[in-house]
Formats: sequence, C-alpha cells, structure tokens
Amino acid sequence: MTRYLAGRLGYYAALLTAAVFLSYALTGTALGPRAYFEAKQPRPSAASVDRQLTALNLNDRTPVVERFGTWANGLLHGDLGRTIHGTSVNEEFGRRIWVSLRLLLVGSLLGMLLGVAAGAWSAVRQYRLSDRTLTVLSFVLLSTPVFLFALLLKNGAIAAKNAAGHEVVPFTGYETPNLAGGIGAHLADWALHLLLPTLSLALGGLATYSRYQRATMLDVLGADYLRTAEAKGLTRGRALLKHGLRTAVIPMTTMFAYAFLGLFTGAAFTETIFGWHGMGEWFIQAVNEQDVNSVAAVNLFAAVVVLAAGLLADALHAALDPRVRVG
Amino acid sequence: MTTPLLTVRDLTVDFDGHPAVRGVDLDLHRGETLGLVGESGSGKSVTALAVLGLLPATARTGGSVRLDGRELLGLPARQLAAVRGRRIAMVFQDPLSAFTPVHRIGDQIAEAVRTHQDVGRTAARKRAAELLDLVGIPDPARALDAFPHEFSGGMRQRAMIAMAVANEPDVLLADEPTTALDVTIQAQVLEVLRTARRESGAALVLVSHDLGVIAGSADRVAVMYAGRIVEAAPVDELFAAPRHPYTLGLIGAVPRLDGRGGPLVPIPGRPPAAGEPARPGCAFADRCPLTEDRCRTAEPPLTGTGTGSASGTGDHRAACVRADHLAATRPAPAEVYPVPALPAAVPRPRAARDSVLAVRGLTRSFPRHRGGLLRRRAGEVHAVDGVDLDIRQGETLGLVGESGSGKSTTLYEILRLAAPQGGRIELLGQDTAALDRAAVRRLRSRVQIVFQDPAASLDPRMPVGDVLAEPLLAQRTPKAEARRRVPELLRQVGLDPAHADRYPHEFSGGQRQRISIARALAVRPDLLVLDEPVSALDVSVQAGVLNLLQQLKAELGLAYLFVSHDLSVVRHLADRVAVMYLGRTVETGTAARVLTRPRHPYTRALLAAVPLPDPPAERARPRLLLAGDPPSPAERHLGCPFRPRCPVHAALAPEQRARCATETPPALPAAPGVDHTATCHYPD
Amino acid sequence: MSVELAAAAEQSPDEPSVPRGRLRLAAARVAGSRGALVGLVVLVLLFLLAFVGPYLTPWDYAAPDYGSLRQPPSGTHWFGTNGLGQDVFAQTVRGLQKSLVIGLLVAVLSTGLASLVGACAGYFGGWTDRVLTFLVDLLLIFPAFLVIAVLSPRLRGSGWIAFVLLLAVFNWMVTARVVRSMTRSLREREFVAAARYMGVGPFRIIWRHVLPNVSSFLIIDATVTVGGAVMSEAALSYFGFGVRPPDVSLGTLLAAGAADAPVFPWLFYFAAGLLVLFVLAVNLVGDGLRDALDPTAAAGRHRPRSRRGERTRRGDRRRPTRSTDTPSRRSTP
Ligand code: SF4
Ligand code: SF4
Repeated sequence: MTRYLAGRLGYYAALLTAAVFLSYALTGTALGPRAYFEAKQPRPSAASVDRQLTALNLNDRTPVVERFGTWANGLLHGDLGRTIHGTSVNEEFGRRIWVSLRLLLVGSLLGMLLGVAAGAWSAVRQYRLSDRTLTVLSFVLLSTPVFLFALLLKNGAIAAKNAAGHEVVPFTGYETPNLAGGIGAHLADWALHLLLPTLSLALGGLATYSRYQRATMLDVLGADYLRTAEAKGLTRGRALLKHGLRTAVIPMTTMFAYAFLGLFTGAAFTETIFGWHGMGEWFIQAVNEQDVNSVAAVNLFAAVVVLAAGLLADALHAALDPRVRVG
Repeated sequence: MTTPLLTVRDLTVDFDGHPAVRGVDLDLHRGETLGLVGESGSGKSVTALAVLGLLPATARTGGSVRLDGRELLGLPARQLAAVRGRRIAMVFQDPLSAFTPVHRIGDQIAEAVRTHQDVGRTAARKRAAELLDLVGIPDPARALDAFPHEFSGGMRQRAMIAMAVANEPDVLLADEPTTALDVTIQAQVLEVLRTARRESGAALVLVSHDLGVIAGSADRVAVMYAGRIVEAAPVDELFAAPRHPYTLGLIGAVPRLDGRGGPLVPIPGRPPAAGEPARPGCAFADRCPLTEDRCRTAEPPLTGTGTGSASGTGDHRAACVRADHLAATRPAPAEVYPVPALPAAVPRPRAARDSVLAVRGLTRSFPRHRGGLLRRRAGEVHAVDGVDLDIRQGETLGLVGESGSGKSTTLYEILRLAAPQGGRIELLGQDTAALDRAAVRRLRSRVQIVFQDPAASLDPRMPVGDVLAEPLLAQRTPKAEARRRVPELLRQVGLDPAHADRYPHEFSGGQRQRISIARALAVRPDLLVLDEPVSALDVSVQAGVLNLLQQLKAELGLAYLFVSHDLSVVRHLADRVAVMYLGRTVETGTAARVLTRPRHPYTRALLAAVPLPDPPAERARPRLLLAGDPPSPAERHLGCPFRPRCPVHAALAPEQRARCATETPPALPAAPGVDHTATCHYPD
Repeated sequence: MSVELAAAAEQSPDEPSVPRGRLRLAAARVAGSRGALVGLVVLVLLFLLAFVGPYLTPWDYAAPDYGSLRQPPSGTHWFGTNGLGQDVFAQTVRGLQKSLVIGLLVAVLSTGLASLVGACAGYFGGWTDRVLTFLVDLLLIFPAFLVIAVLSPRLRGSGWIAFVLLLAVFNWMVTARVVRSMTRSLREREFVAAARYMGVGPFRIIWRHVLPNVSSFLIIDATVTVGGAVMSEAALSYFGFGVRPPDVSLGTLLAAGAADAPVFPWLFYFAAGLLVLFVLAVNLVGDGLRDALDPTAAAGRHRPRSRRGERTRRGDRRRPTRSTDTPSRRSTP
C-alpha cells in the first residue's frame, strides 16, 4: 500500500511540476501587467514602467522561462513574490487560504457524506416514493449552476431580511466585524456565516454523489456476494451495510477526486457572491488587475488542492479496496 | 421410506410474468445426494435459490418448500435468516464473485459462525481455521487473513464449502460448484464436497449441467427442462434406461472419454431461454424425435411408469407420453435421434501429407511491472516455456491443458505471425520470423481463428453479412465478390442465407458459433485455430457444432488446432493430442495412444480426473487426485516442472528422485518411430 | 443434411426483430420513461422558443424602448423591460439561442476530441497511452475556469467562437478517460482480436469496431455535455469571462440582472428559470438515454442472475500476463 501510494505521489509530483510551469507560462503571457501600469495616472515613463515591472518579475520583455525561473526559485524559498501593488503575495495567501479551506472542506465533506447516504438509501428503495423524490430533487440540483444557486440563496436571504426587518441569515463575509463576546459567540457567528456559502457548495456535490452512489449501490445489489451474505444467514439490512455499502463506496473515491475539480470553481463563485475574501475571489480580482503573481499563487493553490484531493482519494481507495494494495 | 428432510411441492417462479420454474416437486432425504441436471435456462439454479428465498425481488415464487415439515416460503425475513446458513447452506458457482472482495476470507467464514452461534471473536476465528483445514487448505492460520482475490479458484471454492458447512447444516445446496474450475481441481473440490458432507452429515443438492459430475456424486437425479422436472430416477437407472427423450438425447450428446457411445447425437434446435412463454403441451415437443399429436395438447405429468421395467427399483418418474415405450425398448440415443452421416476423410499416410504447422521450442515470457509512471521490471512470467507442435494437412491436433498452462498464449504467438521470442514457428512451410508485410497479409488468409465465446467474438454492432465480409475485405477482395460469398458461407455452416442482415444478438449461442466458423472459413484457410469453440455451449447444442466441424474438415481438407480443456471433446475430435503443463508440451502423440495409454504422470492424472457420464464406470474408476494448484509460471524450477505435484516422483527411491530434481526431462518417443512422446524420466 | 436442419431449427423465435431492432428498442425505452419524455418535450419547446421566439415579438433585443424603463411584465413587454428599456423577452430568447448554440457546439467538439484521444490511448496502449493520459491529467488539474479566465482578456476580440473552442478544449478530459478505459476492455474482446487476426488495420478497427461500440456512451455523454456547457457558459459569462455585451447569452443576462433581482425580479428570474429548465430537460433526456442505450445501466438489469451464471461455462482463463497486470488503476483527479 505504501509503495502504491508512493508511486502515485511520484506521478502527482510530475503532474504538479508540469502544471505549475504551464500555468505560469500561460498567465505570464496572457495577462498584461504592462498595460496596467501604463494606464496609471499620471502616465509613468516607459523606463519607469519597465523598472517597476522588472522589480515585480513581471516584465514581458524578459523571456517567460526566465521569469518562471525567478518565480520558482522564490517559491522554493517560500516566497511567492509581490502583488501588482507591491504588497507581499505570501501575506495575502496566508490570510485567504484559511477562508477558502474552511469553505472547501466543510462543503465537500458535507456534500459527500450526505450524498453517499442519500444515494445508498435511494438505491435500496429503488422506484419507491422516497427514491423518486430524491431523484427529482437531485436532478433539479444538478441542473442549477453553483453560482446561480448561490445567487438564489443570497436573494432569499435578502428577501428574508426585508421581510423580517433584520438580518436572518448573514449573506456577506465570513464573520461579523468587531463582534464582542467569547469564543462560543465567535464560533456560532462563524457557523452562521458558513451556512449559505457551504450550502450552495454542498448541495451540488450532494446531488452528484447521490446519483453515483445510487448507481454503484444498484450494481452491488445484484452482486453474488450479497447473495452469499444473505445465504449464510445475515439479514438483508446487515448484508447491505456490511457487504453492500462497504463495497459500493469504493468507486466514490474516484468521484471524490473529480468532484474536487468542480468544487474549486464553485468556491470561487461562492466566495465572490457572498463576499468572502478567499482564494477564488482573489483570483477573479487578480485577473482583472493583471496581477500575474497573485494569479500564479492561486493556480498553485488550486493544483495542490486538487492533487491533494487526488492523493487522498488514492489513499482512501487503497484503504477501502484490498485489491489495489498489491503491486 | 422415511419422511423427507426437504420437500418441494409445485414450486413456481416467474420474473415479471416470465416463468422460470413451472411446478417442481423434489424430495430430499437425510444424507442423500440429489443431482439436479439441466442446460442453461432450465431453471435448475433458480430452483435452488428459490428454496432459500434468495431470488431477486422481481421474482414471484409460489408453491411450497418445507424443511422438516416447516414451510419456508413466505417465512418472515428474520426467521428465514435463521434457517439460512444454519439448516440450509449454499455453495455458489463462481467463488470469486461470491466472496465479498473487501473482507478477509477468515472474517467472512467467522461471520457465518457468529451469525448463528453465540461465540466470541477468537472462538469463531479458531473455528474458521478448523474449517479451512477440513477442506484441505494448507496453512489455514495464514489463509484466514487472505483476501478472496489472493486465492486460486480451487482454494476459493474450498473456502466457500468451508463457509457453507460452518454451522453443520442439514442441507447443502451446491449450485454448479465446479463449473469454473479445471478438471483436476474439480476432482479435488468434488472430493472436498464429499468429505464435508460426510463430516456434517448433510444432505446435498448438486446442481450441474455436467452429466459426468452428476454420475459420480449423486444418488438420485432430477433432469430439468424448460422450468420443469422431466425425469427423476436413481442415478444408475437414469443413465442406463432413461425414459424421457430429452435425457436420452443429453446422454447421447455428451462426448465420452472412454470413446464408447459412437457418434454424437445432436438434439435439434436449442433449449428455450428462461422465461420464454410456454406453449401448450410438452415443452420439448419442438425438438423431440418421438413427438406425436397428443404431445402438443397437454403437458405430460411427471409420473412413475409402472414397475414393468427391468431394473424398476426406486421411483423412476418421467414426464413423457412415451415413457413406457422408452422403458420397454431401451433404445440407444442414436436409434432415436437422427445422426448425421459424416463423410469420412480418406486418410493418406501422415508422412505423405504436407506440414501445416510446425512449432519447435516456442517460448514466450512477459515482464511483470511494478509502479506507475516509471514502471520497473519485477521478474518475468514464463507463459510458454518450450512448446512443440506438429500439424499436417487434414488432421486435428488437440491441445490440452489446464488454465494457465499457456495454451492460449501459444495460440496468440502462432497467430501473431512474427518472430517468436524463442524457438521457431513454421506455418505452411514458411518461417514466421522471416516474413515481410506482404507475406504476413497473405498468410493471414490461410490461418484463421474461432474463439471460445461466440457472444464476444462477433461485433454486436455489425450485421452478420458484414461480419462475414470483413476478413475478405481485409484481404482486399472486391466488395461485390465479398458480398457474393456471404450466402454461400452461411449455407456452408447450416444457417439460412436470408439472415445475413441480422445482428449477432438475434442468433442463439450455437448459431453464433456457426457464424464465427463461417467467418473463419471466408478466406478459405488451410488451418483453423479453434480456441475452446464449444465450451460456452450447452451440451445438446455442442454436439451439433462438433459434428459440423468434423464435416467441414472432411469436405474442405482443413487442419485444426483444437484447444480445449475438455478431454472428452478432444478425444472425440482430435487425431493427435499435445498435453501442456506450465508452458511446456509434456506429452504428444496420436489421440488413441495418448488418451488410452498415457505415459506422462500428468496426463494420467488429468485423464483420471475427468468424470464419466456413466455411474458404475465412474464409481469403479480408481481415484487419482492430483495435489495442489498448478504453480505460478512466474517461478522457474530446475529439473522437471511437474515435480512438486508428481505422484510418480513421490513414490520414487531417493536416488532416482535426484534426476527429476536436476535434469529437465527431454521429449522421448515411446519406441523408435512411434508417434508418442513424453517428457518424463520415468514414463509409463 | 441434418446438420443444416439442426441449425435451422435453432432459430430463436423470441426475437423476430428487424436489423434495426436495437434502435427501435432504444426509442421505445426512451419513450417509456416518463422523465425522458417530459425532458424531450421541454427541449423541443425551448429550441422552438429560442429560434422562433425572436419573430414572435416586435421588439429587438438591443433596441431600447425609452418609454418604459424597468417595467414589469405586461402585454407590450412580455417579460418586462430593463434599465435601458430593452425588451427582456427579446433578450431572453436571444440569450437562450446563443447559449444553446454554444452548448451544442461545445458538446460536439469535446465529444469528438474525447473519442479520438480516448480511443487512441486505449487502443494503442504503451507510450501513446502514457503520454495521452499525462496530458489528460494535466488538463484536468486546473479547473477550466481558471485557465479560461486567464485567457479571456486575450480573446476579447475573437468573439464567442473562441470561447466555444476554449470550453470544448477544457471539457473533454473526463469523457476521454472513460472512452480510454472502454477501449481498453474492447481491445481485449474477442471480436476485436478476431479483426486483428484477419489483418484489419488499427485505425479501421477503431473506426469500425471500437467507436460503434462506445457510441451509446458518447451519445449520452454528449447530451449531458450540452447541459454542462450551457452552465459553464452562464457561469463564466456571469463573471465577465465569457460572452460579452453587446452579445447576449443567458450568462450575461444573469450578470446584468442579479444585482437587481430582489427589486426587479423579472430581470433575473426569467433567464435563471430557463437555464435551469433547459439543463434539467437535458439531464432527464440523458438519463433516459442511459437507461435505453447502455446495457449496463441499472434499468435493464432485473433479470435473474443465475441465468448468466449457467451460461458462462468454464474456460481457459485469460493469458497469465493479464492477471499480473496492476488491477485497473484508479484514475487521477
Ligand atoms: S411428451 Fe411427446 S414431445 Fe414430449 S418428450 Fe415425450 S414424446 Fe417427446
Ligand atoms: S520427470 Fe520425474 S517429476 Fe517429472 S513427471 Fe517424470 S517422474 Fe514426475
């Protein structure tokens, strides 16, 4: 198992390196920080623009490979460079990463757990009313883009506020500024702020997971080993849980990795819409400001998160399925 | 007679209104073995599953199943669960899919123990180890921690049996327990089943399509056809004096290793698929040579046919209006069924015929890889490790061996038409190592292959006409001409030329195999490689295909390389035989000599393991069980590769043994000039 | 000759279907599923709305009606008007039309690319496979959104077709993986081996044997991709990285209307509703197709299992090499 995971890790490291380089090259050539400086008022001189660009390792007259070298060297020393405003990317990164991770972790775990449960239950009750209801529900959820979902939730919260005369559920930011009170009050405040963004992220995941889990569970329902389990005297419920679900969750690990891809995009939308100052929001802002180093930092974050999810999925898979441990 | 342990009365099962079992009555007495025989779709497995209520939810079950007088059908789930595994246990066909892949074998067996007995974790584990020991799994304590995929097929089936007898059930239902196994392993497993039955005193219901397995194990037999029992009798009587034409045909359709029984009797038509709507009257009427008008009016009941018969012991019942007639006349199968007259090939002396295929010292190994992107080599698998084959024009070479013996790899190496890794392949006089592209293309048309599974070897998305034209087009035959050949080919294999625009799924298994054969014949090959061509077919259909092959060979002067695990079929079809073990040919020679006077200990063991569809002969036969599983081809041994399992070697004096351990035996003829070689230091 | 008779009598009576029976069967199964049927009807109606709708209203989507700014729906302006006095109905149908066209194009392009790469990687194996798989994984790591967003300023001038290409380029990878693994198992199937041994060339085998046998999956996948692409389009356009004014799509409409939604709901909810409705319909049809075309789908598998068991007689196990191969590796993200 360790060897299996080590092999995967090596592969991911190769992927990560290639991806980081390509994304930097793409960002470095596609974005135009020069235009950003040239548009400043009063218009700086060409030499001064050049100087500023070079200082920030953004000068498009330097070959992109060379710029990447500088950037990568910094990266290896734990320095992500400076934003286009000259502030430290590291600081911004450190501030925002927790905001994003909070959202991503809670959203993905919630979506996965609920989705697996709903899917398995739905499969066992195939074609009953509960299955049909869940199916219709998941289809509607699947057909709603995350950003639209977030917008709808926000609009709902606004409507609730207007109706009630005060804020029922918070829909901007991730904490109430200058909140008095102890740690308990802070936690409660956090949780409340998490509610809508997490919901908009988790529900999409829930729908996806539940559809897949339903399908794999249905596969398993006809499996010979389930019949064996019943033949030796286990009740259907026990057999389903111990032999059926246990096997049917294995393919979910693949789903987990795939779902994380979508999740990151979704998080970017959610953050922007709910005013969370996370990585996603930063990214959108940075693209609009031609802030190459910030964009590169977010790209790096995305790649690492996605690969970490992949590795986690591999580890989960290996832990759940003895058949992959060999080799 | 004592009251039966298990009684089944008028059992019916249907799936969404399609009947699969239509009124089955069975009695099972303490300690006896009941054989349930039938072809695919006959409802035999469904019957077994219905007894335990293990059918999917879409099945509707009717009738009555009583265990010791207690009705099982319609029992609340909890009470039924208490019966399952405790009083009635089941052994399933495919032990790989029947074990949960993610739990350890030991845990799964212990679970069976703990479900019914109030014992602790360690006690259950200990019991599991005992059970594994009982079924002959070496090193049971370690085997407990193995996962199902780490076991070989035979070991898995043993473990399955161990799990079934964990709670000393009264009834053991075994659903095709040896179907996926090699003959030597099958013999082992059947032996284990007997032991387990003896130890637990359980009555056994043995479901099988294989008359040989039934003949050797059952006390009584029930034959199923189209969801009903058509004949039930004590085993000797059933085989000696069948009273239902279907049973008679079945017995005549099975090729026999002892060569007795004459030409194979094909039962015309095909068995009805499960759930096919029944027509009024006898379900067998469309295929029955004895059918009369009254057969089609009402379904004949399963009744005893008086005591007038010669060996009228026990109850012999048959569902046929002419059962009395059959009981009185006791015809041979060939007297009832029309048997095709096969044109006999004029045998020219072997030396006068051209060589079609000559393989010398063929080897092929595959690297084993580890790791992901940067794959490291981790040893080699010697799949083929010294194969010699020799086929002349117009003859059939039967290539025999168990799974993993390298038969298929040998075929694919020959068909690659490229330089082999080691050794030499000469096809129609041409060395495959020296071929250029044009020569390869030309040779492609002269050697063709027919695969085992007709469902898999025909592209489901292509009409049969296109399937047949494809090899011609690949040989750059003009389209129009290819089209013209299609009806001709269909006729040649006994199919209706008008069906050229149908898709493969519209044909039955036997017909699809005929299409495969037609496709192979399209380019007029000299050599046909037949890779287990009938092992996916039902016995009654298989006979027809075998007859077709014989007929084509005689008419077209083809040579066959016939690969099979089934020695009886090989005995029936082959002129010469080559036996493979662990990637090597260990014995070659004329079929008559190799299969009647085997010289290599492995061949002898193989032959001894094949069950005969003849109860007295089967009982009288000496049992020679080969120990263990075939070793892995990943390891190479010094000396004779068969040594670890060789009974001859085991009986040798120590000084003689040394030779087996150090020298690889060469292929030596039985006598100068005799076509019979064996690679053994101590043959005969 | 009785051999012939025997075979002729083997004719299966249960399927008197004509050659195209499979298609008809599939059609019948789609029609039999209520969800798929509803989805299909909705889809047809939406397409009609998108392409006939513009002729139903006298208003042009771009031309302002200064007389009515931000008016709620009425007889004159069916969906109301926006802040510039443009007719929301005209805008919505126009946007729907653009979104549908984008969705269809992306689906066709990405499915084509996926089947090409997937089939080649799966069929040829070896280094072709390794390189293509690495490429696929590489493209998969980055959420398409990030790359498209970065590239979008560059493509400002080239219009929405460039956007379609981008969406397609970042949409095919998962499909390709599936096609690859399907091809790998098809390659081992005997009818493909048979074709190889007959001397049929690799590309011809891919074209004649592999692709037809994955076509069910491709059809289903392409269907679902239309929905996915419309969603992506909307999301990207919402953030200003996709279709840009003066072009109109559902995404730009949502972007324009979102802020005002609590006060002027018609600016937002018509477009939002149509978007969800369309994707829902696509998903329903896709699901129905899956049940109808994919023999492994759950709907078709309520037959008794034992039949299968009885039919697979024992046989030579596959070549030993295969078993020593790593068990089908789990995929990367
Ligand atoms: S009842 Fe008639 S058709 Fe049926 S088996 Fe007997 S003789 Fe044949
Ligand atoms: S050479 Fe020795 S070990 Fe090998 S088969 Fe002959 S007797 Fe047995």
